[in-house]
Order: sequence, then C-alpha cells, then structure tokens
Amino acid sequence: MSLLSVRDLFVNYHTQGGPVPAVRGVNIEIAKGEVLGLAGESGCGKSTIAGALLRLLPRGTEVTGSILLNGEDVLGMRPGRLRAVRWTETSIVFQGAMHALNPVQRVGAQIEEAILIHHQAGEREAHVRVGGLLEQVGLAPRRIRDYPHELSGGQKQRVMIAMALACNPSLIIADEPTTALDVMVQAQVLKLLKELQRDLGLAMLFITHDLSVLVEVCDRLAIMYAGRIVEEGPAQSVFYESAHPYTRALADAFPTIGEGRFRKAPSGLPGDPPYPQDLPGGCTFHPRCPLAFEACPHIDPRLFDVSPGWRAACLLVDSAKPVLEGARTPESSR
Amino acid sequence: MSERTRPAEQATDHEMGPPLLEVRDLKVTFAGRVGLGAGILGRKATQSRAVDGVSLQLRQGEVLALAGESGCGKTTTARAIMGLEPPREGQILFQGKKISKGLRAYRRKVQMIFQDPTGALNPRQTIYESVAEGLRIHRIHNGPNGETEQELVARALSRAGMRPPERFFLNYPHELSGGQRQRVVIAGALVLDPVMLVADEPVSNLDASVRGEILRLLLQIRDDLGLAILVVTHDLGLAWTIADRVAVMYLGRIVEIGPAEGVLTRPLHPYTKALLNVVPEAGGLDRPILTGEPPDPTRIPPGCRFHPRCPEVATGAARAAGVEEKCRGEDLGLMELRPGHFAACHLAAVTVGEGKEISTSQPQG
Repeated sequence: MSLLSVRDLFVNYHTQGGPVPAVRGVNIEIAKGEVLGLAGESGCGKSTIAGALLRLLPRGTEVTGSILLNGEDVLGMRPGRLRAVRWTETSIVFQGAMHALNPVQRVGAQIEEAILIHHQAGEREAHVRVGGLLEQVGLAPRRIRDYPHELSGGQKQRVMIAMALACNPSLIIADEPTTALDVMVQAQVLKLLKELQRDLGLAMLFITHDLSVLVEVCDRLAIMYAGRIVEEGPAQSVFYESAHPYTRALADAFPTIGEGRFRKAPSGLPGDPPYPQDLPGGCTFHPRCPLAFEACPHIDPRLFDVSPGWRAACLLVDSAKPVLEGARTPESSR
Repeated sequence: MSERTRPAEQATDHEMGPPLLEVRDLKVTFAGRVGLGAGILGRKATQSRAVDGVSLQLRQGEVLALAGESGCGKTTTARAIMGLEPPREGQILFQGKKISKGLRAYRRKVQMIFQDPTGALNPRQTIYESVAEGLRIHRIHNGPNGETEQELVARALSRAGMRPPERFFLNYPHELSGGQRQRVVIAGALVLDPVMLVADEPVSNLDASVRGEILRLLLQIRDDLGLAILVVTHDLGLAWTIADRVAVMYLGRIVEIGPAEGVLTRPLHPYTKALLNVVPEAGGLDRPILTGEPPDPTRIPPGCRFHPRCPEVATGAARAAGVEEKCRGEDLGLMELRPGHFAACHLAAVTVGEGKEISTSQPQG
C-alpha cells in the first residue's frame, strides 16, 4: 500500500471572478521512503496540491477526490485528528524560511513547541531532542538559543527542516525549499535533505519549478501543466528523454554546461502558461507546443504509457493510433 | 609567478578594437553597521568593501556574464558602471571617456534592465507611457530620421517582440504576463537607441519556460543592433547559453575571467570549480560542496581571499605545490594563464605554468 495515495484530486478556488480550477484531476502515489518530485511553473497547481494534502487551503476552497495518508482519508478527518496528523505523520518545509519563523522567539523554543504540542515528549526530553535535531541538520547545538535574525538564510532553512523532523513524520512535503537560497547554500541544503531522507527512510514530495534540482534528489518526477500531471515516470527518463514536449522545453530551460547544443542557444517556449480560468481547449499545451498538429486543439489527451511506470499526456505518445504516425514531424522523433 | 603571467590591464593587445567599456580597479565601499557596544566605545564603523578592485572590459557586440553568489559585489559593480553608485577608487571609462563627465548623455547610451519587471514598471502607466518615459526624460521628440515619438515607441516594442506594438499601447502592466512585462522593460531600454545594456538577473523572476525566449531576445538585439551586454547572474547555465565571456566574482573581486568555453568547461580557479560543482544535475550531490557561506565583506581574509574556504588549501594540494604560504599571506590579482583567460590563483599559476592543471570534476569540452 502506498504511504500517500491521491486519486482524482480537483481543487477549485472561489474568487470574486468566479471559480478557478487550480487542480484538475491529479493522481499521485508515493511509496514509503520514496521521493517524488512535482515540477511545473507558477500557476500550474503544484503548491495547491501541497496545501490540499494537509488541508491548508483557504476556507471555502472546493476539494474533491480522495487523499489517503497511510490508508486514512485526509479529506474526511475530524479537526482533532487532522491536527494530530500534521507534523507527526506529514510535515511541510516551505519556501520562505525567512518568514516562517517567529522573529521574537528563540529557534530552539520554536522547534520544542512542535514536540510539546504533539505530546511527543516531556519538557526536559524535548529540550534534549531539539539539540539533537539541530545537530542532525548540521547546526551547532548552541544555536538553540539564537533568534532567527542571528541566522543566515541557509541556517534558517536548516531550522525549518529540523522542525519538520521534530515529530518523526513519515512524509515530508518540501515546497520550493531552496528557491530563495544562494546556489552554494542550495546545494548544501539539498544534500542535507537527501541524506536525511536516505538515513531516516522518509518519503518526500518535493515541489519546485527547478527541474534540474529535482533530478538530483528524486526517484520519480511528475510534471504539471495547467492543473494536471502531463508526464510522470522515473526521474532520469523524464528529464533526459522527456516524452512530453512541455517537459522537454522545461528541461531545456536548465541547460547542461559544456553541452554544445545549449551554447549560445537559449531555448524557451513561445507565449506564457495559461490562466486557470481561461484554459485552451483540447490539449491545454497546444498553443505553445512546437509539435502540435490538427488533432491537438480538439482532443484532451489522457496519460498514455511510454513504458511501464512512465506515462505522458500527449497524443504523440499514443502510438497505438496509426493516424497520428503520419502527423509526427521529423523533430518529434528525438 | 611564471613568465607567462602578467597583470590583467596589459592583456588587451591580442584582442581587436578598443573596448567600449573599461573598468579599472574599481572600488566601492559602504559604511558598515556600528554595533551598540562599539558605538559606545567610540569605534568607527567598519568599511564594507563591496567591490574591491574590479577591472574588466567590454567590447562592442560582446556579451559578458558577471557571475557569483549574492553578496559577491556583482550587482554593485553593475550599479557603479551605471553611475548609480559612486566609486571610492578606480575609473570607469566609456568610449575612452570617464563616465562621471557627461553622465546624462552616458545614461542615454547605456541602459539597465532589472530583475523584477513588475517592480520596474509603474502600475498606473500604460505600456506606451512606460516606454516613452525615457524619451521624455531625455527630451527626445523625434528620432534621428524624423520619426515621431509614437513611431519610436512602436519600433522599440516591436524589437522587443511585442507585435503588433499598437495593440499594447494602452495596456497596463497588470494586463500582461511576466514575460511580456520584461519585454516592455527591454523596449523601454531600446527606445533610447543605447549602445550597451546592463541586465541584472534579467530572467530570474520569470517562469522557466519563458526565460529562454527573453534570453534569445537579448541575443537577437545584440546581433541586430550590435549592442554590448553585461549580464549579471548567479546562474552559470545562463552564462553558457548567452555569454561570449564570463567573469566570476568572489568577495568583491573578479577571480576568473575569460571566454565562456574556457571558464565554464576548463575552469582555473577553485572557486569557479566549486560553483560549477553545485549546478544542479543528476548525481551532482555526490560532488564536493563548499561548506559555510562567503565571509562578510567588512572582514576580507588576508592573502588570497578565498583561501579559508579553498578545497585546494584544505586538502593539502596547495601545500604539495608549495604555494600554501602564498595562499595564506599574499594577495593577488588576475594573471593570464591561457590566452585571454585570467585567474587569480597561486596554485593555478604554478600548475598551469608547468603545463599541468588542477584536477577538475567537470566534463571537458
């Protein structure tokens, strides 16, 4: 059984301008100890999924489908049970480490608070544990008495990670955990997350727009576009042999240094990601797709198998349809 | 120092043409914060040496990427080049003349593109007004061939890829996407017919799939109009896709500068190697990562400013080559170790001079 199983997730935000379909039918499975990367651009719905998993979305947001965490339905949980599940079974590391900490409380006390609230330990034991957690994330135990302003951005993100680990969760949702950090510090934090994940056997849902970061830390990748997963499979295959034209374009936005085809040749897609209120018909990607053909504006493709465990929502992948064979352009047979 | 090395300033003879922009030993300092205790004791504020001796040249039609981590002084260097930050020492020459003389005319020829297009555009101005603002500030009513303001604005928007331009005249920034806003900012720069652009992280606020198009636009502008472009970026991958030359900054100095192929695929300075090591890539986390964070520019280490974090010093490679003393005690400038490729590293000076290079974990070529 999967640790996390999301089926048919739909999320509609209600705004003054009418409902906004942010997530439109997403399925996610994460096994114990597995790292799934969720990538996509702003507005594709990836952070909405993070919020939906722990029911952190604004009141009045319509969430349908099922979210099973250890077999338990999150959407049907009573508030008390939900509070217990947050942090102890699943915790979140957010992007804005700078703002997620209380500026007038010592960081040690903030981590301790999470442990005490969840009755994971008594005060003295919690205190000892906080010291251990800080060490685990590579901070000197004396930092326990520091205020957030005394720490650098990378150190604050380490504190956030320590906090996420405080109640021994089995799943960590990391939403753009390194985006605001400098490259060197980003690499340090990623390495730390990867090591902790390996050592503690944690499952992780790693969300970011930076596909090259995901291929470093994830087992599997899911690429989102306009509220849906358009490609999903083993991280290396999805990044290096992308089956969906959108994944290809996103991967090419993170060029490999030293590779001739990227030299003096920045590549990008024309246009911009669509607004969720105003999605194009057929395949939502077709107006920007370099390989679009006659059928694309009319058929909304489901996920087709590329190979076992690897799927993409593109009519070009659906090789079962002979009519499309002729539509393949020379470039598509990469 | 080996015989092949020489100071950076003299190393221009093998390149063609005079430089469009020349920065000589630029220093910019900021007053550091005075702690409460120090203030009571009457201690003076320490100087933060944000830019601490930068020399570089930019030729017409050239794209130079200035790369480094935040706090390395790359943005301050760019701002000083724009005349937005007074230099404490050093000179900035544009077309052979000091920029401090005739700053107004200079600012017309050199335009800056900022990171955040949303912040750079006035939300209450139409696109037309935003693009025309530069013309109005510089009191340009007609183009060189008698074009009207409207024609100039339309041409700039069209060059920036906003076609047909008239369609966007009356739009407001909020009606455009991030990529379109950055195009408007670029149009605002192009409308003044500049000869050089300074782009500070021009795409880091944009969606990944949109970035490539904006970078391609910058290259297009360079090719069509022959502009020189200085791109400030933290992203070496970006440098690989657009830059002719790359300069890597650390703690207020350029530690390596040269052709992009050389700097990015056969780096000479250990800091450049460390930066390349952290460019995300499958399996990249197994490569060594520098620990700690760059030191505070109020307390620049003596000797080579990178030595406290330098892996070559830590692993004893510098000692084995007999340069560790120098690393710890002797400050150094850029040395030309390969044609047109300069680095400020005692170890590289020895190893490259002897015909062998420091081992690199980067793929060659």
